[in-house]
Amino acid sequence: MNVLSFVNAFFSDSAHWHGYDGIPHRVLEHIGYSLMALGIAAAIGLPVGLLTGHTGRGGNTLAFIATAARALPSFGLLVLMFVLLGLGLLPVMIPLVVLAIPPILVTTYEAVRSVDPSPVDAARGMGMQESRILLQVELPVALPLILSGLRSAAIQIVSTATIAAYVSLGGLGRYIVDGLYQRDYEKVVGGATLVAVLALATLAVFWAVTRLAVSPGVRRSA
Amino acid sequence: MNGFFDIPSDLQHSYLGLIGLHLREALLPVLAGLLLALPLAQLCVRFRWLYPPVLGVTTVLYAIPSLAFFVVLIDYTGQTELTVMIPLAVYSLVVLVPAIVDGVRSVPQETLAAATAMGFGPVRRYVQVQLPIAVPAIIAGLRVATVSSISLVSVGTLIGNQGALGNLLADAMFYHRPVLAVNSVVTTAFLAIVMDALLVLVRVLLTPWMPRGTRKRPKAAGAPEPAAPALEDAVR
Repeated sequence: MNVLSFVNAFFSDSAHWHGYDGIPHRVLEHIGYSLMALGIAAAIGLPVGLLTGHTGRGGNTLAFIATAARALPSFGLLVLMFVLLGLGLLPVMIPLVVLAIPPILVTTYEAVRSVDPSPVDAARGMGMQESRILLQVELPVALPLILSGLRSAAIQIVSTATIAAYVSLGGLGRYIVDGLYQRDYEKVVGGATLVAVLALATLAVFWAVTRLAVSPGVRRSA
Repeated sequence: MNGFFDIPSDLQHSYLGLIGLHLREALLPVLAGLLLALPLAQLCVRFRWLYPPVLGVTTVLYAIPSLAFFVVLIDYTGQTELTVMIPLAVYSLVVLVPAIVDGVRSVPQETLAAATAMGFGPVRRYVQVQLPIAVPAIIAGLRVATVSSISLVSVGTLIGNQGALGNLLADAMFYHRPVLAVNSVVTTAFLAIVMDALLVLVRVLLTPWMPRGTRKRPKAAGAPEPAAPALEDAVR
């Protein structure tokens, strides 16, 4: 039996398709956790990144935060929060959000800061308010990079949420972790396939959003 | 007893032993990734049409979660160190190829022409001109690869105690000792920061022509900035 036949066996077993431990429920759980973490991280990272990028201040602090966050081990943080705070969604959400903020924050900062200054000056010369400059001039131009920051945060959340099954979170990681404990390799590989597909789907969603949301003029010059 | 550095005996390593194991499991893959990335990047520079598909494949590979990667390999390499090291090598490769390609491509045309005019052959020109000039970009890639590799080794715990310092996390749960988890997180982060600093030092030593006050804007704005957003992708 090679990996492909394990995968095939996993997906053709109808017992895997319904109930609490069924594929639809676990997929929805995983998507739910990921969206929640991404939403919180974006709600914090995007405004701060836009403002610091617009004013051009705090670059060194942000670079420090990025380095520090990169050094933090995601799995270690998960287990640490779990042993300190116990069961529940909170000890898992904290590491997911903490690790997703830096890519969003730093990329947004870089994106807004590296916007060509001449259209910004032109907008200011035409009498636009600072808030309108940020939202109507800088944001559209910076959008591709901002979306790439959100994308790497989302990918990271999806893969860390998988590991979080080890500390009791639901989602697709359950198949991998439970399967390993039960010595049920079919389940392990089936879960791994689902996680990989979900990660690729995330890439695809961001590709589509970028196609739709980025203005054609910006895309051409990029 | 009860010391911070006391390690449960089921891990069969001392504190320093775990650190050695962790560094080996994290750094060998980065080295392997670098050795594979150099020729691959050179191919991408030589044949331009090759780069976009390679970039697409690397983006997809990088999106695959580490745990999924580990467990699929179990069928081929068992629950061993190798199963942890192969995905880490792939992730390193994926980070390094764009870094090296961007670095080598950033070498000005005049510099290449000057080297050719001085009688440098293609190989000598690559080794003595293009690679040294690309060093800052390559080191920037190596920093991201090394740090994320050090962080990801811990996940190896899940596939049967192959996580070095990460195994402390499993023990923290078995024995209800949060201090073991603290030890693991702090030590892993410390290793990552030390390795990061060492790579910065290597870059300073390898590029004596660059201005020393690298903290300030002048050169920093020129060289590492374009790579920064791309490398931010590499955070996991």
